[in-house]
Amino acid sequence: MADGLTIAVLSGKGGTGKTLVSVNLAAVAGDATYLDCDVEEPNGHLFLKPTPISEETITIGKPVVDQSLCDGCKICSDACAFKALAVIKGSLLIFSEICHSCGLCYHLCPQGALTEVQQSIGVLKTGERGALAVHSAVMNIGEPSGVPLIKELGKRRGGAITIIDSPPGSGCLVHETIAHADFCLLVAEPTRFGEQNLALVHELVTLMGKPAALVLNKTIGGLNPSEAYARANNLPIIASIPWDEKLGRLTSDGELAVEKDEHYRFLFTTLLERIKEEVRHA
Amino acid sequence: MIIAVPAEKESLDSAICQSFGRAPFFCIYDTEAESSRFIDNTAVKASGGAGIEAAQLLVDQQVDALITYRIGENAAKIFKAADTSLLKAVNLSIADNVASFIEGKLAALSEIHSGYHHG
Repeated sequence: MADGLTIAVLSGKGGTGKTLVSVNLAAVAGDATYLDCDVEEPNGHLFLKPTPISEETITIGKPVVDQSLCDGCKICSDACAFKALAVIKGSLLIFSEICHSCGLCYHLCPQGALTEVQQSIGVLKTGERGALAVHSAVMNIGEPSGVPLIKELGKRRGGAITIIDSPPGSGCLVHETIAHADFCLLVAEPTRFGEQNLALVHELVTLMGKPAALVLNKTIGGLNPSEAYARANNLPIIASIPWDEKLGRLTSDGELAVEKDEHYRFLFTTLLERIKEEVRHA
Repeated sequence: MIIAVPAEKESLDSAICQSFGRAPFFCIYDTEAESSRFIDNTAVKASGGAGIEAAQLLVDQQVDALITYRIGENAAKIFKAADTSLLKAVNLSIADNVASFIEGKLAALSEIHSGYHHG
């Protein structure tokens, strides 16, 4: 477990630059860890190109019923908060995809008819890039929730700084990601859609009591709804990344901007220092 | 025979609710007694698994048949296990659908959707 600083990079909307900011911050952070929590489509490894070290299958427990022991009492199905169990004509039906693996049903069953079996939900890949540890999780296709993978990734925090590349949105996956963070770095583009999603994720971060700041990405001058939102809602703006075709080309080539361009190395090094400053004053 | 119908309002003149799991009420119609009653759908506010909860509710009411516009695969699995018939609703009131059912004019519900689940 980490004694260092954990920074979650979030955006609400997809495609605003979470991965761009995450991988470049990680690359200038020295003794650090990068966690790709975007388990539905992890892509940070495309930029960091870690040397693979290990792979681990991640499993979660799901209930299985022994119908010969089940007497259809409905204690489990009435108690299930996710409605993953139903008792029809005295037989228990289990809806595994809806089950959140809380384990309550095994504990409550008076007949001992329910047992837990482990099911694979994805693979956690570990690699390294110099002093940077890189962990990515890949969820199995069709798996309904990546939350257990993010819980596992959270355990891999380490070094002086951990950078978490969050999933987009403000749902369960993002909630789980923020739970591991000391500081939330929001990234927003200058669009109305970007602003709306920034507001949603900012509300979530505030609700969870995490200090936060904003990076404006793809700025083009003129009206920026995301900037206006930040100013109206006391969200500090700690960096602005102007729209730049060169940066776009580097990114689409899978390059790290901080390694190809001195200007971007300075920008992300400064950003990391600003984050540390924000954390000290939080 | 006991028939269930997802209802927008607590009235036989009401439209059938487009949603099964999130219908506000269910009409429970007894064809022998020719009587109807309405029950609250406890699943209407469920964060997930509404179809399962609503299906369990109706199976517990000893329902023999369900008239609905659509149904998800989880609820359909429950009704299959319970031997409940699923009939395709037509765009008329609950009373008219029940009358059509009694006359044997309603088709079986064939298409089952995969649910509207979210993370």
